[in-house]
Amino acid sequence: MLIFTFRRLNLFIFTMLLLTLLSFSLSFLFPGDAIINISGAINATPSQLIEIQNAYKTDSNIFWQYIAYLSHIANGDLGLSMASQSKISTEVLNLLPATIELSLVALFIAMFIGIPLGFIAAIKHNKTADNVILSISMLGYSIPVFWLGLLAILTFSISLGWFPSAGQISLLFEIELVTGIQFIDILISDSPYKWQAFADASAHVILPASVIAVAPATIFIRLARTSMIEVLETSYIRAASAKGLTFQQIIFRHAIRNALIKIIRHVGLQFANLVTIAMVTEVIFSWPGIGRWLIESIYQRDYTAIQSGLLVLSCFIFVVHILTDFIYAALNPLARGNKYGS
Amino acid sequence: MVTTLMNKFKCFFILSLSVWSLWGCNNESITSLSERSVIYCAEGSPETFNPQLVTSGTTIDATSNQLYNRLITYQGKDNTLTPALAKSWHVTRDGRKVTFYLRKDVPFHQTDYFTPTRLLNADDVIFSFNRMLKPEHPFHLVSGGNYPFFQDIALHLLVEEVEKINDYTIRFHLTHSDSSFLANLATDFAIILSAEYAQQLTQQKMKASIDTHPVGTGPFKLKEYRVGSLIRFYRNDEYWQEPTKIEQLVFDITPSNTGRLTKLLAKECDITAYPIAHEKIIQHNDLTLEAVTALNVGYFGFNVNKPPFDNKLVRQAISYAINKKVLLEAVYQGKAELANSLLPNTSWAFDKSIPEQEFNPVLAKSLLEVAGFPQGFTMDLWAMPVQRPYNPNAITMAKLIQTDLKNIGIKVKIVSYEWNTFLHRLKLGEHQSFLLGWSADHPDPDNFFSPMLSCSATHTGSNTTFWCNQEYDDIIQQALQTTNIGLRKKYYSQAMNIISKEVPLIPIAHSKRYQARGNNVTGDVLAPFGGISFYQVAKNNSLNANNKTQNDGEN
Repeated sequence: MLIFTFRRLNLFIFTMLLLTLLSFSLSFLFPGDAIINISGAINATPSQLIEIQNAYKTDSNIFWQYIAYLSHIANGDLGLSMASQSKISTEVLNLLPATIELSLVALFIAMFIGIPLGFIAAIKHNKTADNVILSISMLGYSIPVFWLGLLAILTFSISLGWFPSAGQISLLFEIELVTGIQFIDILISDSPYKWQAFADASAHVILPASVIAVAPATIFIRLARTSMIEVLETSYIRAASAKGLTFQQIIFRHAIRNALIKIIRHVGLQFANLVTIAMVTEVIFSWPGIGRWLIESIYQRDYTAIQSGLLVLSCFIFVVHILTDFIYAALNPLARGNKYGS
Repeated sequence: MVTTLMNKFKCFFILSLSVWSLWGCNNESITSLSERSVIYCAEGSPETFNPQLVTSGTTIDATSNQLYNRLITYQGKDNTLTPALAKSWHVTRDGRKVTFYLRKDVPFHQTDYFTPTRLLNADDVIFSFNRMLKPEHPFHLVSGGNYPFFQDIALHLLVEEVEKINDYTIRFHLTHSDSSFLANLATDFAIILSAEYAQQLTQQKMKASIDTHPVGTGPFKLKEYRVGSLIRFYRNDEYWQEPTKIEQLVFDITPSNTGRLTKLLAKECDITAYPIAHEKIIQHNDLTLEAVTALNVGYFGFNVNKPPFDNKLVRQAISYAINKKVLLEAVYQGKAELANSLLPNTSWAFDKSIPEQEFNPVLAKSLLEVAGFPQGFTMDLWAMPVQRPYNPNAITMAKLIQTDLKNIGIKVKIVSYEWNTFLHRLKLGEHQSFLLGWSADHPDPDNFFSPMLSCSATHTGSNTTFWCNQEYDDIIQQALQTTNIGLRKKYYSQAMNIISKEVPLIPIAHSKRYQARGNNVTGDVLAPFGGISFYQVAKNNSLNANNKTQNDGEN
């Protein structure tokens, strides 16, 4: 396990170096002055500019410039947003939790719907139920998320009026931002309307989270189906059924656990996909997360924000990857022996 | 197998029922909170919380009538001046001394950051005006020292001194009589700040807070502001008039047009600014679409400091090349009037004799040739990112202008920024040409001529054409020095003729300002000029809510 951890850390460090190198080179590739792109100080006075140039070592060669950039990132200094002139690190810290919250809820919805459906399809392999589930998953996978989001708003918010169409919570509730994760903030707040706020926040999260969940859920259906079919064909399942266990006992005691192991591996991979979908969905549902902020920054040509936002997001997704790898390794001893840092 | 399945179904059914019932009771209590609150979907974030510092309508809407009061104000259909913080006033016969007698029962807001110890008095009024008028005033340079509206009308040249007669009487000494002085004091910009709060901030060395953490006398007080997201106001229970019926007012900042429409239809907003899809709103029985004929003008302006627009012929050529009727049809859905000059026909100084701008691409092309651009050129056109009453969709308008100008060989690049950045960069003069407009702050016609095109307005940044014409300036000055309506009308007519000849901007349309609301919200919000006010707003079921408030108590 130690070697495994070491290997992952190694991979993490090298990937981070590559990512920072990419984001560092972006400041030269974007139009305008590289030093302004990297620091975001568009309104700096000449003396301030000299200070910034010293801090980023623009007079040394490119290697030392990169090292200076790395030390800024290590100190949590991601520069100023060109549009709002506020610190990007604080903006990101305020926004990232909202995205994490939305993605996690979506991931849970996707898992709770996708995996059982996949198992059902596998158990009813090549029967009507299997075909129906497969066609639904094909359909769900092919629907573009921006269209689905608009359709969901049109049906569930405007026509039926069941769920709100925008935001994280009704603005009437005053919830102080502590952790940034709305549900936790509500629970630790001392608002007299705590539980109403909680119900309201839940109503707000359902629609965007479900929209995001559709694509990953279909993938989970397919993964769960294949892995269950594989498990059901193994000899230990046949042995169990020969022992005279009922079908239910076989499925619940033996098959599900072994099938799940294989799916967990893919949860991390799906998370990256999910965050990408979440970015588009955040724009549609005005969710105050990092995806919406990043897309707005692109509109406003806020190069510093684009550069740092990409870095933070990719770093976040990578961390999630590694975490799921660890969970997988903890659950499945076979994985620890994997020779390649994949 | 079947029975277990049935059992499972039952379980699920009961579970979902209980969830629904939980939902139900929660919904009820949310309504009790929402009955006492109004959510307004606003089109943009305010730049500051002090209307003295800006001329942008978005900021005025969010601040002026909600947080502050003026000495005097407009009331009624014919816009008569009526007392507000001043219970009465007196103007000497030569028009050079104006005395105000203040109310003695006006408290300032008690907020999280300030607790007043005294009521409003003459010191507050003098502080508010001297801050703008005197460059040596300790608060003059806080937040940049720009007071665009007052600098445009050159108030510092007009007001010699603001004298304190006693604690509740003040007198303005003017250098000359000015027919628009009282009208200007009644605008949304001439608000009264708290001198005591300023003193506290000086001691705490946080002077800049005076404009970001406002303390006023208005019907609402600021509770919370999140940039780009929301503004939360609480009712001012100590208001010197009857307190508002709603307890909480929330501005939900939603720059996207479709976003505001969706929120209105999904009942997430009670009132929405600048709605689109008017037919859709009219179709809904529980929604109302309102409109007021606003005093405004939308225009296409040129930065005359930047070539090729320093050449009058180029500007004229472009004015001939633009088909305004198509713009009106496509951008305003035909619901606006074609503008021939600055003033709309509801203004008393409107001049019928000013000819309609001709659409003549051939003439435009030949003018361009004379100007030395037979091959045309490439230009930037800055289009506003937000919907304003004078221009509901600047990007579409820019695209139409792009096609029009392509016909005479001019290539147009459309540029847009976030609203505050857009205004900021315009002030710096980074643009070549731009689409913008002006909404009047009071019914006096001078409110169009001075802030939009005078030389003094080029310094404050509200005249972003940077066009400065001495003849024009003299004429609008003369128009201010007389109270003779006939004479003033003549002067303004001359001024409009100069604009038509010089073309610093191409007036496009005078339009209505629209707003949509749920039928359960009562009370006027819109006004024909100036910012909106939520003072009168109530919800239909507010009677029950008031009783409930008592039970819930304060948190």
